[in-house]
Amino acid sequence: MQLKINGQSRSFDSPLTIIQLLQQLELSPERVVIELNKKILTAEAHDTALNEGDNLEIIQFVGGG
Amino acid sequence: MLIYLNEQPEEIAGELSLFALREQKKPQADLLIVNGYPTSNDQALKNGDRVVLIQRGEEPSTEELERLIRARHTPGVHEKIKNSCVGIAGVGGLGSNIAIALARIGVGKLVLVDFDVVEPSNLNRQQYFIDQIGLPKVEALKANLARINPGVEVVAHYLRVTGGNLAGLFASVDVLVEAFDAAEQKAMLTSNFLTQMKDKPLIAASGMAGYGSSNSIQTLKISDRFYLCGDGTTAAEPGCGLMAPRVGIAAHHQANAVLRLLLGEEPE
Repeated sequence: MQLKINGQSRSFDSPLTIIQLLQQLELSPERVVIELNKKILTAEAHDTALNEGDNLEIIQFVGGG
Repeated sequence: MLIYLNEQPEEIAGELSLFALREQKKPQADLLIVNGYPTSNDQALKNGDRVVLIQRGEEPSTEELERLIRARHTPGVHEKIKNSCVGIAGVGGLGSNIAIALARIGVGKLVLVDFDVVEPSNLNRQQYFIDQIGLPKVEALKANLARINPGVEVVAHYLRVTGGNLAGLFASVDVLVEAFDAAEQKAMLTSNFLTQMKDKPLIAASGMAGYGSSNSIQTLKISDRFYLCGDGTTAAEPGCGLMAPRVGIAAHHQANAVLRLLLGEEPE
């Protein structure tokens, strides 16, 4: 499937949920905020199945403050 | 001639000396500042001079302090800042610096939330004093803010922000600042706030450890109501600790983003 992630088109071999996508990208689900098609998701929505052409912004936080 | 006395314009008929002005306005003043320079000599005042008369040890009233801030910021700007309420989630290195900047410019109300106490290791970057070690940070900060600008209303909550309590804690704020330390907490607050609070902006921070270039710290607009300050990548970890200069830079990016939003400007 084709997804747009942070402005870049990416191809994946099989359909994915958000959590599976984060695993493939080696990102920690607890440290990211995801905007799916301009809508911010809560952590509970991470099992949402992605659709062809979905547009994602993935913001990864690092520690420190 | 027109002079400015303690930032207020004052029309003077005819000639007047500095000492005569002191005699008229504040005979007990023992520190005289003319156009930015302290002086102990009498002198003729000229059109446009800015004179400040101070009695050492005397604290200005809250009204006097607000008058000085209003004159410095211009009245229209001051009213908008004064009528605003800003929430700060976490008052460590980021939050304590942000709170002080916002109190100095006269933000009317601050809502501070933090579950932590002041530890010795915090003093390398956080706005606390050595005699405040062991105090809840929100209580110590409230006391420090009152010494800077007693006109600011400070609501302090000594507790941990969760997805369940944040809507209640920050119901009255115009803008929320995310100023946590842990990446998981930053993500938790951001996703919960943006999904639960449909019309309020959030200014978060990520990436300000170490002593890399100051210029890598930026303010970015991520989406409609969500702004992110920092370099985005430099995590706090062994060998790359959090230090006052870069944490302060990121904090003041956040504080200026708040100010720009309050004044109707885009923060980016």
